[in-house]
Amino acid sequence: MGAEAYVFFVFAALAVLGALNLIIQRHPIHSALSLILVMACLAVHYLLLGAEFVAAVQIIVYAGAIMVLFIFVIMLLNAGEEEHTDLSLMAKYAGLPLAVILLGVLAYQFSRVWPAQAAVGARSFVGDTTSLARLLFRDFVLPFELTSILILIAILGAIVLAKKEL
Amino acid sequence: MTDWLARYPQVVLYIVKSAVVLFVLLTAVAYGVWLERKLVARIQSRWGPFRVGPHGLLQPLADGLKMFFKEDIIPARVTSRFIFLLAPFLAVLLALLAIAVIPFGPGEVQVLGTRTGLYIADINIGVLFLLAVTSLGVYSVALAGWSSNSKYPLLGGLRSSAQMVSYELALTFSVIGVVLLAGTLSLREIIDAQTGYWWGFVPRWYALPQLVAFVCFFISSVAETHRAPFDLPEAETELVAGFHAEYSSVKALMFFIAEYAHIFTVSFLASILFFGGWLSPFPESGLWSLTRYLPVAVLGGLALYFWTDIFRLRQRLHRFLVFVIGLGLLGVAWLFTHPDLFDLIQGPFWLLSKTALFVFVFIWTRATLPRFRYDQLMAFGWKFLMPLAILNILATSFWVAWWGN
Repeated sequence: MGAEAYVFFVFAALAVLGALNLIIQRHPIHSALSLILVMACLAVHYLLLGAEFVAAVQIIVYAGAIMVLFIFVIMLLNAGEEEHTDLSLMAKYAGLPLAVILLGVLAYQFSRVWPAQAAVGARSFVGDTTSLARLLFRDFVLPFELTSILILIAILGAIVLAKKEL
Repeated sequence: MTDWLARYPQVVLYIVKSAVVLFVLLTAVAYGVWLERKLVARIQSRWGPFRVGPHGLLQPLADGLKMFFKEDIIPARVTSRFIFLLAPFLAVLLALLAIAVIPFGPGEVQVLGTRTGLYIADINIGVLFLLAVTSLGVYSVALAGWSSNSKYPLLGGLRSSAQMVSYELALTFSVIGVVLLAGTLSLREIIDAQTGYWWGFVPRWYALPQLVAFVCFFISSVAETHRAPFDLPEAETELVAGFHAEYSSVKALMFFIAEYAHIFTVSFLASILFFGGWLSPFPESGLWSLTRYLPVAVLGGLALYFWTDIFRLRQRLHRFLVFVIGLGLLGVAWLFTHPDLFDLIQGPFWLLSKTALFVFVFIWTRATLPRFRYDQLMAFGWKFLMPLAILNILATSFWVAWWGN
């Protein structure tokens, strides 16, 4: 097992722990901080795969911009500790069985491909900035631009919704 | 021990390099505070620190000791002790992390049997790394303000997170112009792309073609480090000390270290992206090659300047200290005349000089300009800097598309 495998397991464990903590914590700020931890761990995984640009963007966009907005809103609303409630009817009779089914399907699929498919190794992607740019702006330029227009429309919609009289 | 050292020279090398850079940076931070107090005092016709050591040169040490021995108070009403303690730690961590990717010179040195460049880590997405680290910096401020559970820190934290998120966009967009021209995200390659001269004597630095971007970059980096005139998060007349009002002792010191380390980082970044980093502003040909003696001359001149003070100072201890400092500077200047070192220090000398210049401008603006109002700050960031930076990206893109590099 190389050094990369150790790094992978350490940060995979951290990511899972952070995700669990996100659900367990009662205070929204603690949950948000756990989510940031998860995102930082994911960035480390991208780095391990060799996708350094994606790793940096993961930190800048998710941890640096989106989660700042979350924290900002939590601070503004001064949200306190949440009380845990019992499971609702929906969750009890629809949610739990569906979760079990999902887990079962995932487990079945993983067990099917597990031995045959080779695991993804460290640095198995060519994720440097140049090749990523080539993919985005040459091979997939139309979907990429369409997505950006979609996001622009969403932003405009949010402004229209938020500001009643324009 | 020696066996381990022989087996992992890289690991030892990284530790040694980090320790050296950390020591130099923290000393520079301490004396940055001294420089700021001295300069602001000079601008306001005062003396500034004067009593502890000659010209107050020992003041940073005294202040540091004072901070360490102050009572460490954690208010009983903090919302979360963990987050309250995490915030200053995070601030220092991120501020010091940023310095790790800054290349100080083009040369290489032989340490522990391995050759190594003058940097801790040379990563090919250096610009992105620095932007990522700066974008995380907002957490320490926001969390400190929130966890203090008191109105002034909370308001300071809120103001600061809104301000940093707003100006980060202008900062990032202004960097894109340089990245477009250089065609790389590596700080080393960006500097290398700026070699050469227009008409034989004007250095091909990006400050000229990217003047608009540089103005945007500098203004938004002042706002990012929340220094005056953008220091609303810690406006003392309104918010006591803003987000760190409830912090005392070493934790307050950590916020100060983070703030000054950030100033150094953005100054490094400004000189690397726009002013050619370690490149000399003078051509190497003809009489200009005499400028290669500048590092030695500057150090020697400083030493002589210190020695003239021996006759002016009254206290015997101060005279002695000034003499020792001058001697030390002369010794270093003499070391630098050694042919190996002479070439090696050219790069770091120019980079550090440019950085020092930017630090000076930071302090100068702080002493000169009055504080913005909050709505002015937001309007300026979103309605002026952002569109300007976007226009600059458009213009640069067209330039690169039509004429190439």
